[in-house]
Amino acid sequence: MPEQSQAARPHQSERPPLSERPMIEIRNVTRSYGAFKALDDATLTIREGEFFSLLGPSGCGKTTLLRMIAGFDNPTTGSIAVGGQPMEGIPANRRPTNMVFQSYAIFPHLNVEQNVAYGLKRLKLQGTEEKRRVEEALEQVSLTGLGKRLATELSGGQRQRVALARALVMRPKVLLLDEPLSALDKKLREQMQVELRRLQQAVGITFVLVTHDQYEALAMSDRIAVMFGGKIAQVASPKEIYQRPVNRQVADFLGGMNFVKAEIVEENGASLVLDTLGFGRVKADKPKAFVRNGEAATLGIRPERLRVLWDNATAKFEVAGKVVERHYFGEITHLIVEIPGLEKPLSVTETNDFGADDIPVGTSIRLAYDPEALVAMAD
Amino acid sequence: MTALRRLLGSGWLSAYAFLYVVFLYLPVIFLPIFSINTAATPKFPLSGYTLKWYEDLPRTPALLDAAWNSLVVGVSASILATVFGILAARSITRYRYPGRRAINGLIMAPLVLPEVIVAISMLLVMLQLGLSLSLFTVVLGHVLVCIPYSMTVLTSGFEGFDRSLEEASADLGESAFGTFRRVTLPMVSPAIISSLLVCFTISLDEFIIAFFLTGTDATLPIYIWGQLRFASKLPGVLALGTLLLVASFLLMTVAEILRRRAAGRTQNEGGLYA
Repeated sequence: MPEQSQAARPHQSERPPLSERPMIEIRNVTRSYGAFKALDDATLTIREGEFFSLLGPSGCGKTTLLRMIAGFDNPTTGSIAVGGQPMEGIPANRRPTNMVFQSYAIFPHLNVEQNVAYGLKRLKLQGTEEKRRVEEALEQVSLTGLGKRLATELSGGQRQRVALARALVMRPKVLLLDEPLSALDKKLREQMQVELRRLQQAVGITFVLVTHDQYEALAMSDRIAVMFGGKIAQVASPKEIYQRPVNRQVADFLGGMNFVKAEIVEENGASLVLDTLGFGRVKADKPKAFVRNGEAATLGIRPERLRVLWDNATAKFEVAGKVVERHYFGEITHLIVEIPGLEKPLSVTETNDFGADDIPVGTSIRLAYDPEALVAMAD
Repeated sequence: MTALRRLLGSGWLSAYAFLYVVFLYLPVIFLPIFSINTAATPKFPLSGYTLKWYEDLPRTPALLDAAWNSLVVGVSASILATVFGILAARSITRYRYPGRRAINGLIMAPLVLPEVIVAISMLLVMLQLGLSLSLFTVVLGHVLVCIPYSMTVLTSGFEGFDRSLEEASADLGESAFGTFRRVTLPMVSPAIISSLLVCFTISLDEFIIAFFLTGTDATLPIYIWGQLRFASKLPGVLALGTLLLVASFLLMTVAEILRRRAAGRTQNEGGLYA
C-alpha cells in the first residue's frame, strides 16, 4: 500500500460474484434501555465475504448493533448468529469476530509486535508460527519494520493499521470496524478507504463497518444498511441506495435530492404513474418497500441528474425556469432554479467546464433530465 | 523602554522567587548541618565535624522500637489506604452516577480539616467503641488521612483509562482475569506503587493523630517529640530528623515519577476520541 496510491475509488464491478451464504443472521433484534429502544426489531442478513456497512446518523443504533455482534452488549429480544452458530450466551472472548475500535485501543504498555501478538499468546502456537503470523499481519497493513515501536511513537494512521493487524492476525470469520476512519484527516481517510477495500478483497473476510459518513459507505461497501432511530430503513447496494432510496429520509442522508410533490394516477406491479406539476406525467419504478399512503407520493431527482441546456440545444425531457441563486464550489457550481408550478426551486449541480459558474442570477434557462433519474418514494 | 521594564520586572520576580525558596528550605538545611556538628547546642560558628550522633542512633533501643512501630503503622496504613483508594478512584473515574462529585469531595475533605480536630474526634469515637489505644488505632487514623492522597495519585493514574482497552483484550480472546493481569494491572501498577509510597511517607511523618491515638507505643515523630525535652538529646534528634527528611524526599520523588508514568500511559492514548 504505497503512499501515492490515492488513485480512483475501488470499482465494485471488478469484484467476483459474492457468495450467497449467510455469515451473520440478525433476527428481530431489539435492544431497550427502559422505554428507549436503541435498536428496534432489526432483521438483517450479512453474507460471507461481504463488505457491509451500517450507515446512519449518531444515535441510530448502528454501534449498538455492532457491539451486540461483537458480544459487548446483548439483545433484549431477538437472536444473532455468526457462521450459523447462535451467539446467545457466548461472551466476546469466545466469538469468531474481532473488532477495530474507534479509539484503536492500542495497548500502550506493549510495542507494535506485542500488540499484534496479544491474542495469539493464548493459542500457544508451535515454534516460530506466532512470529510468522505477526510478520504476515504487519506486512498486510504495510507496517513491516515498525514492530519494535511503542504505540506512543506512532501516528494516527499507523495506530489504525496496528489495530487492523491485531484483529486480522486472529483470522476471524468477521471483522467489525467501529468508525475506524473518523479520527483521521480527510486526505488520510480517503487513502485508507481504498486500502481497507483492497485489504478486504485480499483476505476475503466479512467486514462490517459502522459509519456516519455516506461517502465512506458508498465507496467501500458491497451493501449498505441505512438506519434511523433504531430501525433499518433500507438494505441495498451503494448504487441502489443512492439512486433508488426508499424514502425521503434515506434520500436526504445520502446527499442532495430535489423533492417534488406527486399524485399517484396508476399503480401496477413494478411501476407507478404519477402526476407532477413541474415534470408532468411520469412513469417510475415502484420502490421495493413502497407503502401507498392515499394518492400522495414524492418524486425525487438528484441535483447532478439535471443538466443545463445551452443555447438552442434541446432534449426530449426538459423543464424551464429561472436562476435565483448561484454558488461556486471550484469544480462545480450549484444553481438554484425556480420552476413555475413547483413549490420549491430545484437545486442543480453543474460542472464548470461549460461556464455554469458564469450564468447570471435571473437568467431564464432550460434543464434536461432523464426520466430514469426520477425516483418515486413513499411520503 | 519595554525591554527595560521587562528586565526590571523579571528582576523583582526573580528576587522574590529566590527569597521564597530560601524561606522555605533554609530551616530545613540547618537540620543536616547541625546534625554533623560536634557541639550539642545548635549554634554558629560550628565547632567541628562528626558522625557520632548518627553512630549513636542504632544504640538507642527506644528509638529502634519507635522506628519499628512506624514501619508497621506505615506499611499497614499505606496498604489499607491504597486498597480503599483503588476502589474509590475506580468508581469515580469509571462510572457516572448521581452524587459522584459530592462523594469525591467528601473523600478529599480530610485534606483540609484541622488535623487536631480530626484526631480528637477519632479519639472520642475509638473510646466510645471501647477500643483500647494502640498502634492499631493509629493505623485507622492514618488510613483516614492517607486516603485523599491515595485518591489523588490513583485518580490521575486511572483517569482517561480507555475502557475499550479492556474490551479489546476480551475481543482478542482473553478472559476477564487474563485481561486484568495483562492489561489493567500493568497499566495502573505504577499508580498503585506511587500511592503506596505517598501513603507510607505521610504516615511516617504524621504526628498529631499518632500522638492522640497511640497508647504506650511511640512512633518516630512521637519519639522525637519526647526527646525534645532533653537538651542533650537534641543532636540525636537532628540526625534522626535528617534521615527522615532524606527518606521522605526519596520516597516522594520515586512516587511522583511513577505517578507521571502511569498518567502518561493512560492519557496519551488513541486518536481524537480516545
